[in-house]
Amino acid sequence: MGCTAVNFNTIKYFFREAFHSLIRNSWLSISSVGIVTVSLIILGASLLLVVNAEKLAQSVESSVEITAFLEESVGTVDRDELAEKIKSNPEVDTVEFVSKEQALREMKESFGERADILESLEESNPLPDAFRVKTKQAAAVPATAQKIEEMTGIEQVRYGQGVVEKLLNVTRWVRYASLATLTMLTLAAVFIIATTIRMSVFARRREIGIMKILGATNWFVRFPFVLEGIVLGLTGGLIAVLVVDLAYLSLMDKLKISLPFIQLVSEPRTILYILGSMLGLGVLIGALGSWFSLRKFLKV
Amino acid sequence: MIQFYNVSKVYDNGVKAVSDLTLHIKKGEFVFLVGASGAGKSTLIKLIFREELPTRGQVMFNGKNIIRMKNREVPHMRRKIGMVFQDFRLLSQKTAAENVAFALEITGTSGKEIKRIVPEVLEQVGLKDKGNLLPNQMSGGEQQRVCIARAIVNNPLLIIADEPTGNLDPGTSWEIMKLFQDINRRGTTILMATHDSEIVDNMKKRVIALSNGCVVRDEESGVYRCEL
Repeated sequence: MGCTAVNFNTIKYFFREAFHSLIRNSWLSISSVGIVTVSLIILGASLLLVVNAEKLAQSVESSVEITAFLEESVGTVDRDELAEKIKSNPEVDTVEFVSKEQALREMKESFGERADILESLEESNPLPDAFRVKTKQAAAVPATAQKIEEMTGIEQVRYGQGVVEKLLNVTRWVRYASLATLTMLTLAAVFIIATTIRMSVFARRREIGIMKILGATNWFVRFPFVLEGIVLGLTGGLIAVLVVDLAYLSLMDKLKISLPFIQLVSEPRTILYILGSMLGLGVLIGALGSWFSLRKFLKV
Repeated sequence: MIQFYNVSKVYDNGVKAVSDLTLHIKKGEFVFLVGASGAGKSTLIKLIFREELPTRGQVMFNGKNIIRMKNREVPHMRRKIGMVFQDFRLLSQKTAAENVAFALEITGTSGKEIKRIVPEVLEQVGLKDKGNLLPNQMSGGEQQRVCIARAIVNNPLLIIADEPTGNLDPGTSWEIMKLFQDINRRGTTILMATHDSEIVDNMKKRVIALSNGCVVRDEESGVYRCEL
């Protein structure tokens, strides 16, 4: 006899045994799938929430820009030189020149119907020429603004001093909070699902003991359980993915009509990643949960 | 077939179960293991089955030192030993035939072989028409027969029975003992722990009596208690 290699009869047995045990312990199977489903739905929903919060934070940050007003004396040549100098800063993304005429036009636009108030300014436009500077990272705005202000030819720099710092603080905390929430929820899902599988293994410790007495190898005892765990995880994961996906799609539809200015993350790739990781987590926890829960009972 | 050399077993909680035990059992023997509860019978069985490792000494089974055996070899060694218990230890959700088939599935036997062997073994233990019953639909004697069928289905070298008649009435006990005798006649070694003095006295087999973890008596055609 010796050490038998993997045997086709044994593989057939594994699948039959896993299937039978799922049916036989149907109540426990259903509740395990339910727990996997609920945990993964909560996790998936929070993931989507976090992704959207991140998107919002990014869009808020990208609207932050520096306006550098030029001194009256700066000519066209100096102006180009200044633009180059600002651009040479690696933090800077784009530099856009805004002439005093353009500035006035934009001002008028923002005044809308009451733009006639600005009529009188047409002849002697008091607005200075300016650069509109965008940085690659919103966090770099204050430091970059400082550097620009120190350049000769720049009269003043504006970037919403004070407000921007607060905003950056808020987005940073949103990120920390999402990361912490996700970590905790993942851990909670892992523990809950692992405990459920442990219960199902515990309910069958007698069976495991008998198998060991009959000379079953650890692998032989373990495999049907691991297979069962995978099936439970996969089923729960699929239901969770379906629920989260449908709920998210209908939420997107509803928001499009009632709150059109809120743009939810809708790239299929991102959503696919989230749903895929939910499913993968379900399967992984199912398999590992069974594996570790069995260890204790195999020592006969 | 079984050799104990100066075996001692002290459990983690300090209980001394077996002390300096030396013992030989030859192939084909039928041996009763008697002694009060706590005398060390169960520990002796666990040592042969390698459920426990001795604190000192060596245990040989079928020419192999099972103390030095690697863990992954243990299941294969156990397949050469059939276990019969007082409480039967059958899987309650499986029928009699499925319980017997289970032992074959573990050794990787093909479905076709299983279908052929299981009815044969059930017939041998006198359960020809009861294969489709669940354990709770059977009497204690019938359940013990299933347990015996499961123990012999892989053609073991040794059957270890731990008080197999402990839960059975005298009539049924005798039928079970006849079954064991049949199995023994076919060449399988049998080691049976028991409290049933009537059976031991009537069977006239080798008797090993344990007391406080030591062999106090070992005689051919022995009896349960020696009158002094």
